[in-house]
Amino acid sequence: METLANSRRGFVNFLMGTGFGTMAVWMLYPVLRYLIPPKSGEPTIASVAVPWKPAEVKTNSGKIFKFGSQPGMLVKTPAGELRAFAATCTHLNCTVQYREEKQDIWCACHNGVYDLNGKNVSGPPPRPLETYKVNVKGDQIVVSKGA
Amino acid sequence: MARSPNPLAGLARNVNAWLEERIDLSGIRELIRHKVVPVHRHTIWYYFGGMTLFLFVIQVLTGILLLLYYRPSAEEAFESVQFIVTEVEFGWLIRSIHSWSANLLVATMMIHLFSVYFTQAYRKPRELTWVSGMCLFGIFLFFGFSGYLLPWNELAYFATKVGTDVAGQIPVVGHLMARILRGGDDVTGATLSRFYGIHVAILPAITTALLGFHLFLVQKQGMSVPPEVERSGAPLRTMPFLPDFLLRDLVGWLSALAVLGALAAYFPWELGVKADPFAPAPAGIRPEWYFMYMFQTLKYIPAKIGPIDGELLGVLGFGLGGLFLFLVPFLDRKTARGEKSPLFTWIGVAIAAYIVVLSVLGYMAPGGK
Repeated sequence: METLANSRRGFVNFLMGTGFGTMAVWMLYPVLRYLIPPKSGEPTIASVAVPWKPAEVKTNSGKIFKFGSQPGMLVKTPAGELRAFAATCTHLNCTVQYREEKQDIWCACHNGVYDLNGKNVSGPPPRPLETYKVNVKGDQIVVSKGA
Repeated sequence: MARSPNPLAGLARNVNAWLEERIDLSGIRELIRHKVVPVHRHTIWYYFGGMTLFLFVIQVLTGILLLLYYRPSAEEAFESVQFIVTEVEFGWLIRSIHSWSANLLVATMMIHLFSVYFTQAYRKPRELTWVSGMCLFGIFLFFGFSGYLLPWNELAYFATKVGTDVAGQIPVVGHLMARILRGGDDVTGATLSRFYGIHVAILPAITTALLGFHLFLVQKQGMSVPPEVERSGAPLRTMPFLPDFLLRDLVGWLSALAVLGALAAYFPWELGVKADPFAPAPAGIRPEWYFMYMFQTLKYIPAKIGPIDGELLGVLGFGLGGLFLFLVPFLDRKTARGEKSPLFTWIGVAIAAYIVVLSVLGYMAPGGK
């Protein structure tokens, strides 16, 4: 009798335990999914016309432009050549800037330096900057992916 | 028996009697009456936990006040903080106290942590007090990190980019963690909303529970006496908690309040420039001082060490250091047995020295172009 009661109680405890356990998982799952942000619906941009005319870009300068939702950098080298890169440092995601006096691209966050080909030359950046293709069509500068 | 002529004392007696009739408070009263604090040459360190608690109360109060005007969106956050510090009466003071108090809190918390470490108060039976304290330490650093972004200024924007990217370096789960933290792939208004929710709701809720547990354990087990004092064999002196220790505690709180008031009034916390996702990271960018040693370390680590990315190695190093501190009550077997444990003291010295040296180097590093 005693053991029967025990086994009954054990069975009820088991039912309750697994029941509540399953319920906890049910409730937790939507919460966890809710925490993960949805993929943004923004189309990936392949090319963009920068807001400056070729004549407006100074030699030995670098300017930030919007490449979709990301910053890009248009550089005019001291030799007068136009180049474009993703302006996001490959180390930890900061936005880089052009240094006229040193003629290089610099990240202020952790002192990373890139040359004017976008190659990482000193400091912690592990990879070169992503390079974009630059086309001048009349008085429009078009920057596109896949250089 | 002469009765006090003070009507307030009479009222207090009546209220007390009313309560006593309904709730039996004798247990609590006995506990307070019998609570004592050990007196020895390291007693001074007992005050820093209480000071941290006091500063936390200030954070809660000023934080609630800031909530009344703050607006958590990329379009309005900076402007609303600007409004608080320029238009609202004493807004500059409330905001300045909140920022300064956060920094002092981290400082007193670090002193508390290292004093507990070096007096080996983490040893049996106080392992859980240490572990809950380390959780609180992590939570308060996260409080600082999430609160730093809320004014949505340039420095905070890039500090958050770097900070969440560092989290993204953690193997396997890093990328998902960074996305969950940012509310997307980049630091945007979505990140601000998340950090706001984390800062004003999630972390305070967790803190309340953990802090309650931490303080309960401290009450239940009493203050730890350092092993070297225990070993000396001299009879242990104590002082009553009420009023002796509490009044001394009060002096500590008032000192903290004086320092806080002076800092907040004479060096109002700056707001800086509004964040612009399409501006380069400004020269001289740096995180809050308590993350400075990590920031400086990340500058020194080369891009690749063998096949491993430098950043990853840095993140793993900090993770291991944190894990070591977290688990120290279980690693330090000698102290648990009541023996001397110089190795752990030296490891503690090394960790503290590393933090100090790298922080100093960080502040001496040229920040300009």
